Amino acid sequence: MPKLNPQLKLSADAFDVSKLEQVPTRNGFGEGVVSLGAQHEDVVVLCADLTDSTRAGYFKEKFPERFVQVGIAEQNMAVLAAGMAKEGKVPFISTYGVFCPGRNWDQVRISIAYNNTNVKIAGAHTGISVGPDGATHQAMEDIALTRVLPGMTVLAPCDAIQTKQATEAAYAIDGPVYLRFAREKTPVFTTEETPFEIGKAQVLTEGTDVTVIGCGPLVHEALLAANILEGELSLEVINLHTIKPFDVESVVASAKKTGAVVTVEEHQVTGGLGGAVAEVLSEHLPTPMQRVGMPDSFGESGEPTELLEKYGMTAADIIEAAKAVAARKN
Amino acid sequence: MATEPRSLEELQEIAKELREDVVQMLVEAGSGHSAGPLGLADFFAAFFFSQRRHKPNDPEWDGRDRFVLSAGHLAPILYAALSRSGYFPLEELKTLRKLGTRLQGHPHPYSDGGPPGVEFGCASLGQGVGAAVGMAYAARMDQKTHMTYCLGGDGEMNEGSIWEALMFAGKERLFNFCYVIDRNNIQIDGHTEEVMPLEPLRDKLEAFGFYVKDVDGHNIREVIASLEEARAIYEKPMAIILHTIPGKGVDFIEYKPEWHGKPPNKEEAEDALSQIRSLEGRISCVDCE
Repeated sequence: MPKLNPQLKLSADAFDVSKLEQVPTRNGFGEGVVSLGAQHEDVVVLCADLTDSTRAGYFKEKFPERFVQVGIAEQNMAVLAAGMAKEGKVPFISTYGVFCPGRNWDQVRISIAYNNTNVKIAGAHTGISVGPDGATHQAMEDIALTRVLPGMTVLAPCDAIQTKQATEAAYAIDGPVYLRFAREKTPVFTTEETPFEIGKAQVLTEGTDVTVIGCGPLVHEALLAANILEGELSLEVINLHTIKPFDVESVVASAKKTGAVVTVEEHQVTGGLGGAVAEVLSEHLPTPMQRVGMPDSFGESGEPTELLEKYGMTAADIIEAAKAVAARKN
Repeated sequence: MATEPRSLEELQEIAKELREDVVQMLVEAGSGHSAGPLGLADFFAAFFFSQRRHKPNDPEWDGRDRFVLSAGHLAPILYAALSRSGYFPLEELKTLRKLGTRLQGHPHPYSDGGPPGVEFGCASLGQGVGAAVGMAYAARMDQKTHMTYCLGGDGEMNEGSIWEALMFAGKERLFNFCYVIDRNNIQIDGHTEEVMPLEPLRDKLEAFGFYVKDVDGHNIREVIASLEEARAIYEKPMAIILHTIPGKGVDFIEYKPEWHGKPPNKEEAEDALSQIRSLEGRISCVDCE
């Protein structure tokens, strides 16, 4: 087994799926806002008729007087929250990523980003693993839509514990934040002791041959890939939970060490994490790269595992990409 | 703290000055919207200089009545009113739309480097109304007693997001919110009832849970009375359909959709200024006697 970075205090069973608890990252959001609500009177949560799905319901149950039901009106949810933020509230707005920042991107751009309002956007059901609802409900463009906005912080935590940490950390930032999470249960491999700092990439395993940079639950697939390739190819797995502000230093340092990079995300390969890494490396340290993610395509209905396999976002695909990029090294 | 009491004559004089400011700003800027801002001079004189509770030297005073200009393209009249009421020096009006100015083509909020008094930055239509509703909602959560007023355009009501915001205000019976609609009947491509009919506007607003008043937007007394009524209503949010004449005070701009989005040139500006300077209170006195 590859050696886990001891400073991150990850689960000792990180490579053994059968021993890891499986929890949807969205639960971490629900727990995060409840924890924030108990500590801070100014926290309010808005939801557009998806209270259970987004786990905003956890907050509604505890703090009904600070929960705002806006109906199926994502445009209004964004501007309403911006106005509430102007009056000193710290609103978390929650719905599916396809609707926010998808449907209401103009409201996010003007009322939240341009006005620099202290609104936290919680995008649920992102990625292909949304499953049977099909392509219309699978947010595969949300990282691109948010990271292009000036002043926006973009977070894609890797598991439920980290999503709770990211939600709490989002509160501490004075300004807009986009927080991305998923529908399905995924392995929890960080622990309550794992440190989390916005803007600071986490090197999960040190490696020498290929850097694998991932975000969201697919980071765990990268760990599995590193385990399978152990002895053949040494992978340095980085959890880039913060896509913006981008941790240039950590990514460039790792690319310099390994000389080859694979990016992994449940998002279009253009504009998201892979795009961000490519921008940074091409400016600072041009490095051979392969991007694992949605290959400029819409998804479809199916079971999450079937979809991840069909569209090439599994440990096997990461292994293939790592081998291919290693072969391109000078 | 209410604005100091002013006589009708004083307010009419202020409206005249605001019109002059608008013409001078636009000719200096070389671009911008003429008709809407001119048509709103009487409203702004009434609101900023008589009815609104605010402290221009303390733009973030917590007890102030909030004001959001949802139709951001009407910025020149907002800037003129802010400046004349003391938020920033009159000199700055000349910088409208110029590089480095706080007076952006569409308003930028004070909290993020814009001019004092701009509560919220609006441009893309249909957003300021919801933001103002959010401000009013948050204020009511905290039991604050100020009002939140929002001025939007009639053409702007083509945006569906406006109606989302109105639905919410109606659902929450947001009595501390007052939505003022500049009903001047024009938008960029022509008359509102041709481009996308809004009538019966009053019925629509009432159906959304608003207490509605039709007001002559050039009758300063009537405007003040209606804004005060919004403060008194406790059951529902209020909507004021402010009937205005676009370009009011300058004969060649009045009623003309083609003047919605362009500035006067130097000659036209001179003509406009001489017309405004000879108004002599004719505008709002017509039916107040």
